[in-house]
Amino acid sequence: MRKFKQGLAFSLFKFFAVLVVGILFSIVFFILFNGIKVINWEFLTKSPSNGMLSGGIFPAIIGTIYLIIGSIIFAVPFGVSAAIYNIEYGKNNWFVKIMRIMTNNLAGVPSIIFGLVGMALFVNKLNFGPSLISGALTLAILILPLIIRTTEEALKSVPEDYRTSSYSLGASKLTTIRKVVLPAAIPNILTGIVLSIGRVSGETAPILFTVAAYFLPHLPQSIYDQAMALPYHLYVLVTSGTDLEASRSMAYGTALVLVAIVFAMNLLAGFFRNKMNKLNKRNS
Amino acid sequence: MKKIKEKLMYGYLMISGGVTGIIILFIIIFLFSEGIGLFQSKNIENGYALYLNTENVIEELSPEEITNIFDGKITNWKEVRGQDLEIITYRFNDLLNSYSESDLGDNYEHIPLIIEEHISENKGIIAYLPTSFAPEESDFVRILSVGNIELKDFFIESKWMPTSEPVPLFGSLSLIIGTLLVGFLAIIIALPLGLGLAVYLSELANKKVKKVLKPVIELLAGIPSVVYGFFGLIVLAPIVQKVFKLPIGETALTGALVLAIMALPTIVSVAEDALNNTPRELKEASLALGANQWETIQKVVFPYAKSGILAAIVLGVGRAIGETMAVLMVTGNAAILPSSVFQSVRTIPATIAAELGEAPTGGVHYQALFLLGIVLFLFTLMTSVVGEVISKKKY
Amino acid sequence: MIKAKDVHFYYGDFHALKGVNIEIKEKTVTALIGPSGCGKSTFLRLFNRMNDLIDNTRIEGQCIVDNKDIYSKSIDVDTLRKNVGMVFQKPTPFPKTIYENIAYGLKINGYKDKRKISDIVEKSLKDAALWEEVKDKLQQSAFQLSGGQQQRLCIARALAVSPKVLLMDEPASALDPISTSKIEELIYTLKKEYTIVVVTHNMQQAARISDNTAFFMMGELVEYNDTKKMFLNPEKEITQNYITGRFG
Repeated sequence: MRKFKQGLAFSLFKFFAVLVVGILFSIVFFILFNGIKVINWEFLTKSPSNGMLSGGIFPAIIGTIYLIIGSIIFAVPFGVSAAIYNIEYGKNNWFVKIMRIMTNNLAGVPSIIFGLVGMALFVNKLNFGPSLISGALTLAILILPLIIRTTEEALKSVPEDYRTSSYSLGASKLTTIRKVVLPAAIPNILTGIVLSIGRVSGETAPILFTVAAYFLPHLPQSIYDQAMALPYHLYVLVTSGTDLEASRSMAYGTALVLVAIVFAMNLLAGFFRNKMNKLNKRNS
Repeated sequence: MKKIKEKLMYGYLMISGGVTGIIILFIIIFLFSEGIGLFQSKNIENGYALYLNTENVIEELSPEEITNIFDGKITNWKEVRGQDLEIITYRFNDLLNSYSESDLGDNYEHIPLIIEEHISENKGIIAYLPTSFAPEESDFVRILSVGNIELKDFFIESKWMPTSEPVPLFGSLSLIIGTLLVGFLAIIIALPLGLGLAVYLSELANKKVKKVLKPVIELLAGIPSVVYGFFGLIVLAPIVQKVFKLPIGETALTGALVLAIMALPTIVSVAEDALNNTPRELKEASLALGANQWETIQKVVFPYAKSGILAAIVLGVGRAIGETMAVLMVTGNAAILPSSVFQSVRTIPATIAAELGEAPTGGVHYQALFLLGIVLFLFTLMTSVVGEVISKKKY
Repeated sequence: MIKAKDVHFYYGDFHALKGVNIEIKEKTVTALIGPSGCGKSTFLRLFNRMNDLIDNTRIEGQCIVDNKDIYSKSIDVDTLRKNVGMVFQKPTPFPKTIYENIAYGLKINGYKDKRKISDIVEKSLKDAALWEEVKDKLQQSAFQLSGGQQQRLCIARALAVSPKVLLMDEPASALDPISTSKIEELIYTLKKEYTIVVVTHNMQQAARISDNTAFFMMGELVEYNDTKKMFLNPEKEITQNYITGRFG
């Protein structure tokens, strides 16, 4: 009887594992199968036409790329610096402890709140209006905790010996960080950046009111312009528009591009992580 | 020289270190500054007022009563603690429709007089008019004083109709209940699944299986919310509709299903960590007494990892409640109090996302949405803090 | 009671036990001694099949407990482990009350009668010489006990399910001298009812508590004899060297 209960429970859990894999595969299959029909060079390089029923999604791709670049530019310097301060200087003083709590909480804030605050602060108060800069800043705040957390892990995993050897040769703390610690931590820092790129590409709520537009006649010319973006484009294609059935195929194509970007970033991050582990193994 | 550079750099790094604190501060400041203003606003739109005949002794009306009056649901003043008098509603449009351009005057200068006449003739009238075109208070006309939007109305009332006239209704109860319903339902679905997976990963799976399963879960975590919404709308909703024989498939249940998948990775990773941290010796001691592996997990590992598992639940709830796009696309968006999981509901994040675009900046609707944002932010802050505190607690 | 017939044991490719033959009589205390890594703990763990938990291991030969080959397919491992109890080096009380720790094994094995359970709990605690110290605080958390008390709790826990054999893997090495001597006294009294095998790296302890001693080295059973004989007049020179501390 006892053995039977165990067998039952364990079979159930095995089933769960199969179920979860099945869910992922059905989602991927759903998008891949339907989206691949739509993807071609035209789709990726042309603007939408005919009321979103045909054409391509090029401006959305460009918009997303701009947003990625913008948010990374803002988040990485601050995030990496913050992590450097936390790990190398602050160690465990009260300031760092409080900031760590703040960072963890910021990580848990729903993305729509970022959208709200981004709108209130960047779009309205600072008068940037809905624009690339508003969107990029909002997204930068969104990914900041992620960058800080992964950079902290990267710095922590650099062996202490590296630092002590450098100091014993007469190098200052700053020089040590710049020339020894950071280079050693780069692969893991890159992991964090790459994961953030994946995150930024897919977020809709923060850009709803800060930058996204459904259709723009031309590509954004300056950072004060609005832009189209992939996740928002997908959202609109699926929920509004005049002929939902017909724009469905565009939706599949957009979803495929979006998911492809996210998966590629995940793979890249995993690649960097493995490289880091190999590096550390060799040296220990 | 070098020292100065070092000091500057140190200062810069320290400020960067404080950047997340500054951001949280900003979030709180902005949410509150925009949202709290709601309670200083009058219930009625700026620049408008309600006009009554002076013989009507009504002192005050609740926002819901006003709405019901203008919807025709309340037809006599005695139903709202007034006299036995039939209610006649009057809107500005009614005026424009009944009189010709010339009657109103070249510069609309006749309007106040026309209205005053009209009001004095109809004792039971209640007129919703822009103050710039309305008559002054007189022997025949009085203005109904309308109070401010109240805190309790915001949280206790369940009708959320921000665009209704003459009085917008901001009862967030249906939204709060909708959010909690979908969130907790999602966790009820995700918890057994997540715990089972965590047990499987930490106790049963061999290396090969882990190499497949762990990336799968990570990928599930990375799929954007819109894509989940897309999948939920096109694939899950019709299935739910067919299986449960419902009029439409966009229900709280469908939303909960999608959210369960989205919250799963969080639950699995936190629970797995907790299970892995159970000392090997404890498990061996139990096995050495003749307990089998499942009994050991149930009776020794779970109690030991209790705090970690609890943290997983709390964090999972926080994640589920804050989700916006997937829920927006899949729950049908009816801002009503749900009486079953098979109905359409509206959650707080979905409401904000759906309505903020149309709410005029600075207006009451705008402020109400920010207030919703405060509620959401406080709730997720709470789950985040509680989750952290619980997971640090050693048994 | 316990027999090993030409037992070989492998961790992967590593040949950890090489052709061990031994016969342990009922109701005796046998000490397993030898330098670190000689295989004594591995050998001990064969008899309640705890080594099964490690991947990639292989056994050859026969392990017999109470006239049954415990590695045969007809043996239920859980029942075996109930009958062959084990106490580990580190005290491992469960995160439960003192009472519940002892009752755990009973409940797992189907005991439902509350009165019977509490009788057995009391007897086990008495047999483990812990009853007087904890009888008034049975509902307290087991973590509140001292290290020595916790270890006796683990012994009581193992005794509660009425094993025939008690395997002890360095039971006192994590304890202070006073607790150690209490445990040693306990072992001496327990041998009236149980067959006990103790792994120890402390020669004096082996000499004090055991009837017979087995000396392992590099996976082989070098010498197995009456304890007094082993320590006063070992048959092999290498045994002599180990006992006198020439290496270890």
